[in-house]
Amino acid sequence: MTVQTEPFVVNLGPQHPSTHGVFRLRLTLDGERIIDADMVMGYLHRSMEKLAEERTYTQNIPFTDRTDYLAAMTGNLAYVIAVEQLCGIEPPDRAQWLRTIMCELQRIASHCMAVGIFANDCGAWQTPVMHMLRDREKVLDLFEMACGARLTLNYMRIGGVSRDVPPEFMPTARKLIKDLPKKLDEYEDLLLENEIIVERSRGIGVLTPEQAMAHSVSGPMLRASGVAWDIRKADPYAAYDKVDFDIAVGVHGDVYDRFVVRLAEMRESVKILEQALELIPEGPVHAQLPTATVQPIDQPVAPLAIRPPVGEAYGRIESPRGELGFYLISDGSPAPFRFHIRSPSYINLTPLKLMSVGGTVADAIVILGSVDIIVGEVDR
Amino acid sequence: MPSNGPSVTKAIAGLDIAHRIEQKFPGAVEEAIPEAATMKADRLAEVCAFLRDDPDLKFEFLSSLTAVDRLEYFEVVYHLTSIRLNQMTAIKVKASDRENPRVPSVTGVWVGANLQEREAYDLMGIVFVGHPDLRRMFLWDGFDGWPLRKDYLVGPGGRFPGLERFPGESQEPLGGRG
Repeated sequence: MTVQTEPFVVNLGPQHPSTHGVFRLRLTLDGERIIDADMVMGYLHRSMEKLAEERTYTQNIPFTDRTDYLAAMTGNLAYVIAVEQLCGIEPPDRAQWLRTIMCELQRIASHCMAVGIFANDCGAWQTPVMHMLRDREKVLDLFEMACGARLTLNYMRIGGVSRDVPPEFMPTARKLIKDLPKKLDEYEDLLLENEIIVERSRGIGVLTPEQAMAHSVSGPMLRASGVAWDIRKADPYAAYDKVDFDIAVGVHGDVYDRFVVRLAEMRESVKILEQALELIPEGPVHAQLPTATVQPIDQPVAPLAIRPPVGEAYGRIESPRGELGFYLISDGSPAPFRFHIRSPSYINLTPLKLMSVGGTVADAIVILGSVDIIVGEVDR
Repeated sequence: MPSNGPSVTKAIAGLDIAHRIEQKFPGAVEEAIPEAATMKADRLAEVCAFLRDDPDLKFEFLSSLTAVDRLEYFEVVYHLTSIRLNQMTAIKVKASDRENPRVPSVTGVWVGANLQEREAYDLMGIVFVGHPDLRRMFLWDGFDGWPLRKDYLVGPGGRFPGLERFPGESQEPLGGRG
């Protein structure tokens, strides 16, 4: 005899530890099977795109800290790259290398959170994430040395970085990347074969390469589906064309592969950092902005604001979550005419329904964990 | 798949992509500037399918979709990436009716447009004809107006807030640091 059940709705979130912020998933269930998943978001919507249209290009840099707050460096960099494209500014070599170093440190810090919290979602309660937080803390110490902040860094500037790193930065960073591979071995021993994680994530939330590309999925999620696409390789920015590293790819495109790809990417980041800390040259860290773009305007505010020539630019980088792009339109005034953030967290949620329907509520939790959303970047 | 050595994404200029589209679909291009080519709205779906499937273009990845308020008209901007051929381009489409801007949806070509079109509808009020589920995304149902339009309201705090110097602080320029 088959039991007839009536569909019912479960609200997962907005206040729920595994939604990684204030994000709500309305699941329609038939028994324990998900038959529909609807996303409700906007709880953290601050309308940054509107606010940015009233502020100068430099004043907008702090907004980019507050979108993806676990990877503020990459947010900063994507924005300043877009402005530099608009103005035609080329930052000096040392600034490019510092940007590379900071972004890779940020990737390690961000993936530490992603992997640790994911283990939490799977039910490996708190121990892995505490280990990961310990290492993330060391990276944040380095950021504090460089710019005084630990979370909202505001370090990149149009044409370079805000200041050079202090003398104690390089030895501390070298020590960190010397210790990190041992820690990563430890995590892999602890997590890769962990039965809780394997049982809950193998074969769940599968995306084929074609599906992943069609859904505009980027970053570790796309690579876990077997597509070797990394903007650091495909379209190098900063100093990525001068370092040697591999693209970590998965095979099955399931939740487990995303987790493995993130662990492997941390090793690649260590590899990049080893080279970058050796190769970084001495020199200035800030370009002299061309005088054509730096003009006093006729009022006491914005005395030396940058005024890019009329035009538009789409700057993109590989953030820890995927393709982070900034689409800027300049009308020649000190504020952008249009400021659009192509946020990987938001767009990576597109196939969430496809991945969740047919699974159980427990699957939906790990699938959402494997997307690794930051709600500040989803809602903006 | 891209090779494992340093390479650079090839940017196909708006004029170039307009030329290729014009060869296939005469009259489909409205205008072209170096940054992007503007399509006629009624030809958008077939042009997008061509851009996705043509063996020399293969734009299977919709990088970004957004809407711009150009004051006289609205513009929807599509940034396209070809992962297989490592190239990029941008196309646009205009919606000139300010009261009721309508643009055909491209969700039939790229499923990844789904959430991005909903965002453009929510914040700019562009109606994407043929979108499977066009609802507000970040704002609540019943919210009045479209915040990203230029005539919605001026940002809180006015233009360029917080740039005044403190009393007694040097009035010298900051030395070109923006």
